[in-house]
Amino acid sequence: MTTTHLELTGVDIEFPTPSGPFKALDNVNLKIKKGEYISLIGHSGCGKSTVLNIVAGLYQATKGGVLLDGKEVNEPGPERAVVFQNHSLLPWLTAYENVELAVNQVFKGKKSKAEMKAWIEHNLELVHMTHAMHKRPDEISGGMKQRVGIARALAMEPKVLLMDEPFGALDALTRAHLQDSLMEIQNELNNTVIMITHDVDEAVLLSDRIVMMTNGPEATVGEILEIDLPRPRNRIELADDPQYNHYRAAVLSFLYEKQRKPEEGGAAKPAKEKKLAQDVQDTPEIAAVSAEETTESADKVKAA
Amino acid sequence: MSHSSTNLFSPVLAIFQSENPGAALLNFVKQLVMPVIGILVFLLIWDIGAKNIHTSLGTFPGPVQVYEQTIGLIDEHQAERQKEQAFYERQEKRNAKKLAKNPDAKVKIRPYTGKPTFFDQIGTSLVTVLAGFVLASLIAIPAGIMIGLNQPLYSALNPLIQLFKPVSPLAWLPLVTMVVSALYVSKDPMFAKSFITSLVTVSLCCLWPTLLNTAVGVSAISKDLQNVSQVLRLSFMTHVIKIVLPSSIPMMFTGLRLSLGIAWMVLIAAEMLAQNPGLGKFVWDEFQNGSSNSLGRIMVAVLVIGLIGFMLDRIMLLIQKKVSWDKTAVLR
Ligand SMILES: Nc1ncnc2c1ncn2[C@@H]1O[C@H](COP(=O)(O)OP(=O)(O)OP(=O)(O)O)[C@@H](O)[C@H]1O
Ligand SMILES: [Mg+2]
Repeated sequence: MTTTHLELTGVDIEFPTPSGPFKALDNVNLKIKKGEYISLIGHSGCGKSTVLNIVAGLYQATKGGVLLDGKEVNEPGPERAVVFQNHSLLPWLTAYENVELAVNQVFKGKKSKAEMKAWIEHNLELVHMTHAMHKRPDEISGGMKQRVGIARALAMEPKVLLMDEPFGALDALTRAHLQDSLMEIQNELNNTVIMITHDVDEAVLLSDRIVMMTNGPEATVGEILEIDLPRPRNRIELADDPQYNHYRAAVLSFLYEKQRKPEEGGAAKPAKEKKLAQDVQDTPEIAAVSAEETTESADKVKAA
Repeated sequence: MSHSSTNLFSPVLAIFQSENPGAALLNFVKQLVMPVIGILVFLLIWDIGAKNIHTSLGTFPGPVQVYEQTIGLIDEHQAERQKEQAFYERQEKRNAKKLAKNPDAKVKIRPYTGKPTFFDQIGTSLVTVLAGFVLASLIAIPAGIMIGLNQPLYSALNPLIQLFKPVSPLAWLPLVTMVVSALYVSKDPMFAKSFITSLVTVSLCCLWPTLLNTAVGVSAISKDLQNVSQVLRLSFMTHVIKIVLPSSIPMMFTGLRLSLGIAWMVLIAAEMLAQNPGLGKFVWDEFQNGSSNSLGRIMVAVLVIGLIGFMLDRIMLLIQKKVSWDKTAVLR
């Protein structure tokens, strides 16, 4: 828990665009310890997915780089498994076969056929998908698809688990279920995780540290908040916990006071903005300060 | 199959079962009665029109004459088969006698060389079109995948594809004939030269839709699935088999069905022009023959060509439904 496991140093990225290079990230630095659960939070379009994709190896940093256990990351690989926002399961394969594809890649020659089968089933059981493991993605619900996506990533036994808004497309109840499942799994496996989220509650509930990003372009790490709540955490008990509410308020104040949403992005993702606006009203300390902005973004939602 | 057959009868049952017989009846009319009316009206117009067209070979054949010619062609076919059987029986007897006299005698078995009947020609055309189509697909699908995966290759080949795609089979035919004559020389050829010529012409013409559609399907694979493939570090072959092929199957089949349609049209034209055995030759021979039955027999051929083309497309559709993973997609 003490040594650095994953390290981002001075990461810049420029995307070539028709109107010249667009610098999305500027000097992103982050050190993550083994077994740590990190959330990335920030306004839409600030560059969270870009950070995650650089760690995944899908994008190359223009300057700086990523070290995992002292080795430079410059291509994608199964030791950095990704859970994508829209599940990204192969629609022509069943849940079992989707996980199998990943397990075959990682454990070919290392596990026997029977061991692989047991391992696939074990991972599907972790996410409570045993009952529907022979169904194809179009036969299961959105939440179930996301569970299979998580099972696929877990089954690779990655050094780092990367999740890009894993529950963003789900309704609140399903999201809560999956968060609980994830905490259970995390208790057992103690993976190193980087998770992108738009949900302040989710970030506080799940994370060891919350990394808050400034607005783009040239986004970077703004503040890092250590969440020192005992585990296992229970969402109902935490609801009245002053410490928990203090953390929530800290994140919200970063997002709404220190990093006001830039004008142009406001209407692009109305659903997410609405969710954040709701958070603000739920938190009395913040509500007074940003009431004006809240109505403003609510208007934007209507306009959109 | 079962699905379409229930479709055919379900409206009839529905009229009796439904709580709303009126709507069910309307549905029945739409699904079954309308096509039948369409066909009847067509037959009527055809009959009246035919009577008023006088050609040098007599009046244009109407539905009745065509029916008579169909029966005639079937009879001819059966007579020819009987002749063939008799021929082989005679030959066998002769050989048996020869062997009885002298056990060391060499016996020859000569093949029967009667005139191919209408149905023989159908068989020849079907074999040729399928062979040409399979050959074209074996080239077009892998090539389409390579082009789709490789943007520079696509840019390099696209002008050539666009250039050759619209070329008519009739333009290819003389070249193909000469090249096949020059290159396909063997003492004991497995296939007739005419078969190879037809096959190559068909392949050349029906290659393009499959090639282009496969390439488009492959290049349109979702970015997410490509990312999954990269994160899993799938090998090239696994990537193609597990991700590229399944996701491009719908586009591929669109191409394959277009290709098969073109193949069938091209083949008939090629057979007519090159006098290669098949339905096209049958039509041409009848035209040259110029008997009073000829127009009727050609008309039978026209209808059969249409029917076979339709059936080929239906078969492709069935295969597409079998291999398609997206069972919710509406295929027609
Ligand atoms: N491939 C690319 N080419 C050009 N610009 C890009 C590319 N990818 C991202 N960007 C730009 O970089 C910025 C950050 O994008 P990114 O997707 O990382 O945001 P995000 O924080 O994940 O947003 P969201 O919360 O909406 O998912 C955006 O302005 C985006 O337009
Ligand atoms: Mg994103």
